[in-house]
Amino acid sequence: MRFLFKTDYEDDIKLFPHSGYLVSYGILLALLLIAPYFLSSYLMSQLVFVCIYATVGVALLILTGFTGQASLGHAAFLAIGAYTAAYLQKYNVPFPVYFLAAGGLTGIIGAMVGFPALRLTGIYLVIATISFALIVEEILARWESVTNGNEGMRVKTLSLLGVTVPRDSPTFYYLCLAVLVLTIVGTLNLLRSPTGRAFVAIRDSETAARSMGVNVALYKVKSFAISAAITGFAGVLFAHKLSFISPEMFTLQLSIEFIIVILIGGTFSLHGAVLGAIFIVMIDPFLTYLKDDMPGMIAGIAATFGAGPAAAGSIKSNVAAFASLNGLKGAIYGIIIVLFVLFEPLGLYGRWLKIKLFFQLFPLYKRATFKRQKIYVKSERNR
Amino acid sequence: MLDFVQQLVSGVALGCVYGLIALGFVLVYKATEVVNFAQGDLMMLGGFFAFTFIGMMGLNYWIGFAGAVAAMALFGMLAERVVVRPILGYPQFSIIMATIGLGYFLRSIAGMIWGTDDLKIETPFSQGVLRIGSLVLAYDKLSVIAATMILCTLLWLFFNKTTLGTAMRASSENMLAAYYMGIPVKRVVSVVWAISAAVATCAGVLLAPITFIHSNVGLVLGLKAFPAAVLGGFGSIPGAVVGGVLIGVIESMAGFYLPEGWKDVAPYIVLLAVLLLKPEGLFGHHVRKKV
Repeated sequence: MRFLFKTDYEDDIKLFPHSGYLVSYGILLALLLIAPYFLSSYLMSQLVFVCIYATVGVALLILTGFTGQASLGHAAFLAIGAYTAAYLQKYNVPFPVYFLAAGGLTGIIGAMVGFPALRLTGIYLVIATISFALIVEEILARWESVTNGNEGMRVKTLSLLGVTVPRDSPTFYYLCLAVLVLTIVGTLNLLRSPTGRAFVAIRDSETAARSMGVNVALYKVKSFAISAAITGFAGVLFAHKLSFISPEMFTLQLSIEFIIVILIGGTFSLHGAVLGAIFIVMIDPFLTYLKDDMPGMIAGIAATFGAGPAAAGSIKSNVAAFASLNGLKGAIYGIIIVLFVLFEPLGLYGRWLKIKLFFQLFPLYKRATFKRQKIYVKSERNR
Repeated sequence: MLDFVQQLVSGVALGCVYGLIALGFVLVYKATEVVNFAQGDLMMLGGFFAFTFIGMMGLNYWIGFAGAVAAMALFGMLAERVVVRPILGYPQFSIIMATIGLGYFLRSIAGMIWGTDDLKIETPFSQGVLRIGSLVLAYDKLSVIAATMILCTLLWLFFNKTTLGTAMRASSENMLAAYYMGIPVKRVVSVVWAISAAVATCAGVLLAPITFIHSNVGLVLGLKAFPAAVLGGFGSIPGAVVGGVLIGVIESMAGFYLPEGWKDVAPYIVLLAVLLLKPEGLFGHHVRKKV
């Protein structure tokens, strides 16, 4: 096990605490860069969605994970980014301009949402963000001169500096990857700056932060604006990837999905956003795969344990019927959320840290290291 | 003028529906400070249970109703035991997520068992309307209004006048202190979930003639009932009903007087405005914390 001796603050806030980080992240980046050459086009397309979801996840982590302000309205920010891009594109605005404009506009709207949210905490904030998202959804459906209403808008192929970039080309993937990497690096830098420290202070105790001289209102609005702006950038990519957007894509369901991304990944580290995005995007193909292959597999297992061909056949058809039931996906979704909340509240990244620590400390690992403290004295009404 | 009164009355009827569901939210919140996002889905499940008893097994309406309420009370305890109890005392965010997960699960399971068609229960209130002058009010809506008023009064009395109700309020204020005072906190929480599931079932069965029963009814109505609970101040039982009625009236007025599209957003705009001016809702009480 490696011990890091830190002698001053600069050591403590290094992006890469030791050379191992540089090597492992370098290898990861290299693998991602050559991915288009050996992955199938379907997996590439899923990888693009992973990048987009992870970008939104990072945005949500800034707000929920690090500033402690829950939001169930991020689908609305994504929608604003996507529609801004689609609208400006109609007037032949070049990509860099509308990309920045979408992020800027979403950031401004995010700040405007942040102002009313200043006085709200907990459940009231959740319902305020839900209300905001529902209002945006309705506006998108009704403001037909701009958004084309429920018929939706077609998004033209991305054209970057005169070169067309189709939505399933490797270049588009590189663009999404670049946005994700820039977002992550930018966020890491933000979090080790005074602004990021203020965010974390607000999360841990608003009163304590205020008494330390943190301008709580200003930093909350900043957090909302930054989070919304990043989501707006992701929205532009989302619109290009789907090439068609309509209001019913940006529902509460999508907001919940984003929350699930950070919940499953882990809300205390940026790794969580990426791991959660991989999980959420890959669960669909995985379930489809199970649906197609599980019946045969289970019948095969039954046959090896001595079931006759007739019994194996009936098992196979029963399992197939079960797997193709409507709504099985929703049930599995629900079970996964509940299981994660109950058994792995630190998320996938927390699990990874635990496994890592287990091997580092090998015979001396204690489960209590990661035990959560229960706080029963907690009436929010008296806060 | 007649239009206005008619809209007002139907708004109140609609609002009582929201209020009835909101009561369940408030109950769980009041006793445990847990926000149960699966409340609407408990209501949906209650409706399906009643459909099974009345529509499929052919029981008498009232027996089926009582059976569904009892079954759902047990189910509420089960859900509390499995999903909520292990994470009591952890941050609210995890509990919200757990109940959202529970909601997903219940919706899909109900869709698998009972199918995706709209189901209907024959009730004694399904037919007929009450006429007062030129006002028209259907019996099924009247039954909802009456049930909301009765349940609201009963629950208010329960919380403020009985020992168990006081124990619930105590454990919501400070779980650990309540435990030291000899209150069986776990059992109290479990009873609260049973009661709120039972209230949700009442809502589900009474709504059956109006909204029909399908697996998404809980999500749709829950999203309207939730602002109602917030508008009234989350911890207040009369507040839930008042909030529900307000939301209902606003919705029906906006549907009648404003252009198309306002009907669905107007309640949320009002909600945001109220939260902006009074962040703790209309009836919530705000206590400042000493540092």
